[in-house]
Amino acid sequence: MAEYKRSSMIAESPSGYCPGCLHALATRLVSDVLDELGQGDNSLNVISVGCSALNLLYWCGDNLSVAHGRAPAAATGIKRTNPERLVFAYQGDGDLAAIGLSEIMSAANRGENFTVIFANNQTYGMTGGQMAPTTLIGQKTTTTVYGRDPQTTGYPMKMCELISTLEAPVYVARFALNSPKGVRDAKAGIKKAFQAQLDGKGFTFVELLTNCPTNWHMTPLQTLDYMNTNTIPYFKPGVYKDKTE
Amino acid sequence: MVQINENLCKNCGYCVKFCPKKILEIGTVRNRRGQFYPVMTDEEKCITCAICATMCPEGAIEVTEGGSKA
Repeated sequence: MAEYKRSSMIAESPSGYCPGCLHALATRLVSDVLDELGQGDNSLNVISVGCSALNLLYWCGDNLSVAHGRAPAAATGIKRTNPERLVFAYQGDGDLAAIGLSEIMSAANRGENFTVIFANNQTYGMTGGQMAPTTLIGQKTTTTVYGRDPQTTGYPMKMCELISTLEAPVYVARFALNSPKGVRDAKAGIKKAFQAQLDGKGFTFVELLTNCPTNWHMTPLQTLDYMNTNTIPYFKPGVYKDKTE
Repeated sequence: MVQINENLCKNCGYCVKFCPKKILEIGTVRNRRGQFYPVMTDEEKCITCAICATMCPEGAIEVTEGGSKA
């Protein structure tokens, strides 16, 4: 026996995301966790540029839309001036791992007391499916039409592994949203990260592996299988660092 | 009891794929957005596990205890 009720933190209308986009599921999970913690009115969503910006019309809580990649920098300022608020940055992989790499690494290294939710779909979804730093080897995008070649474009960037090498972050974890177990683990992970922030522990980072049916040119159900065979073996889900105890 | 808000549905099919009892299927009626949406074929068999609601990206499925046979 289980119950589920839709959160009031998201609008009573369909999201702006494409059908089958797990980004919408990630947003929904955050809203569910805020409801469970009773922090909906106290939360502040720092929205970045990319598909995550669709949250502007969908997210009913307080939010702030910031420049491309600068969500951790803006969240730093908000959290330092409003330490009692639950602040989280909601970023995609093009935003966080490409243009915002300096901001995220600096904020993580300073151990700022906020949470970053990182939705990794291995492509630039909003702009039409260009190669992102996290695009898998051999994956076809509009800028790597023969598949990503590491000779010229390097290797997919593993953000959880990178950030977990720093001293300051207290919780770094990655979850895949393509199965019910992954979704439940992700919800527990987000809850742990938010609780750590409320307890004033420090920087928390949750990476969620998502899909992009539109730019991967697959049906939503095909993307789930693609994630199992390609994404998850490379971006391995798990808790990379946990100093919350 | 499983309640499907058909106008939030985008017909991704995740609920149908993951239902352990295989009692959800995409129906033949379109919603306000022109999408087909899932319907329950045998409510008696529902165990209210809420896996359909867990996987729904849009939060279109709500599950409450009671109602159907649990």
